[in-house]
Amino acid sequence: MELFGLFNYWTFAVLLMIGFYAVIAKSNHVKKLIGLYIFQSAVFLLYITMDKVDGGTAPIIQEGVADQIFSNPIPQVLILTAIVVGISTTALGLAIVIRIKEAYGTIEEHEVREMDRRVQ
Amino acid sequence: MVNLFAMFLLTMLMITAIAIVRTRDLFVAVMLTGIFSLLMSAIFFILDAADVALTEAAIGAGITTVLFLGALALTADRERTVPYSRWLPGIVVAITTLIVIYATFDKPRLGDPMAPVHQHVAPWYLEKTPELIGIPNVVTAVLGSFRGYDTMGELIVIFTACIGVLFLLGGTNGKGIQPRSNESEALDVTLSHHVIPRVVGRLLIPFIVLFGLYVQFHGEFGPGGGFQAGSIIAAGIILYSLLEGEQLAFAALPRWTLMAMAAGGAILYGAVGIAGIAMGGNFLDYSVLTNDPVLGQQIGILIIEAGVGITVCGALLAIFHAINARVRG
Repeated sequence: MELFGLFNYWTFAVLLMIGFYAVIAKSNHVKKLIGLYIFQSAVFLLYITMDKVDGGTAPIIQEGVADQIFSNPIPQVLILTAIVVGISTTALGLAIVIRIKEAYGTIEEHEVREMDRRVQ
Repeated sequence: MVNLFAMFLLTMLMITAIAIVRTRDLFVAVMLTGIFSLLMSAIFFILDAADVALTEAAIGAGITTVLFLGALALTADRERTVPYSRWLPGIVVAITTLIVIYATFDKPRLGDPMAPVHQHVAPWYLEKTPELIGIPNVVTAVLGSFRGYDTMGELIVIFTACIGVLFLLGGTNGKGIQPRSNESEALDVTLSHHVIPRVVGRLLIPFIVLFGLYVQFHGEFGPGGGFQAGSIIAAGIILYSLLEGEQLAFAALPRWTLMAMAAGGAILYGAVGIAGIAMGGNFLDYSVLTNDPVLGQQIGILIIEAGVGITVCGALLAIFHAINARVRG
């Protein structure tokens, strides 16, 4: 049972690689971006998993309550900002995909490459 | 400590991720992404990260889905079959997964209080926050004051990404077709003929915005702050433009207002930092803002959180409108 304390990290590994698979194996650019989104969510999970302390609570100090155990606030701060930055950069990726669609008429990577090859 | 409910949620998360990658229908994939984010948000909450859960719920389940759907409307909603086989990436990914899982056996178990991550600077933050900053929420204290430089950098990244999207989608589309820059020509395809969403939405939107403001200004005491509040308010206004049409949304918040918000919030943040220098302290040192250092910290955090909220809200709305305003090429 002690070994299941690592289950969060195993989920992290699986999610990371599912996202990575979508990025490298899929040809559709929107699908690649969704893969990147899963990839970054896996990293968020890794950080937030590390903040947990047994018997702890969210790091908000209550007056008059002594001997509270708090989970670690630092990973939370890092990921809190990273989520919002993540959506902004995803939006930038989507904007590039929209421009690719307008320039090539497709968002499949192999079709875009085929067109580039024919032009050369 | 092993939490069976958390393990159930994590398993669901993995299943959802596999379903997202396997489906050929991009519309289904985007909807599943929303479910993925909601599950992730629940897991964050179980892991004591209330602030992060709030952000993930507002951003991941709300705004990401809307942006992806907007992009799908402009591109394609089905994935085509590829002419090559994908066994090589599959093998690479399988081997890497096993290596990463092997590496996790050296990690401390979940919740281990002796883990190295809890030994460094975190106890100092937890101990000194009541004395130096005087606010209950340590996450806000670290975000706004102790690591204020980081947060400012993140805010500039959001602002830069917003500018990038506007540059990419604001001009012509190569075929001489202009995007609808004129607000009166804005897209008038709305959900207004669907009675139930419209009535329920009208009831909900004021409360969503009110909740956003509560999250903004209560961030020192409970879970909340500028990042969460900005996303919640943006989500509320996006809901409004989906229900009532962009014309009315632009009437309430014109395009230039969104630009001014995206830039103004970041400037406000920087201005607080420079005010610190002008009053004899360091950049982003709020202690010197008033005679009482603790009060100065609280005022500084309040202002920079407002700056964060304004920029996040403005940038997300500007991105949403930029994608929506694009004519199909």
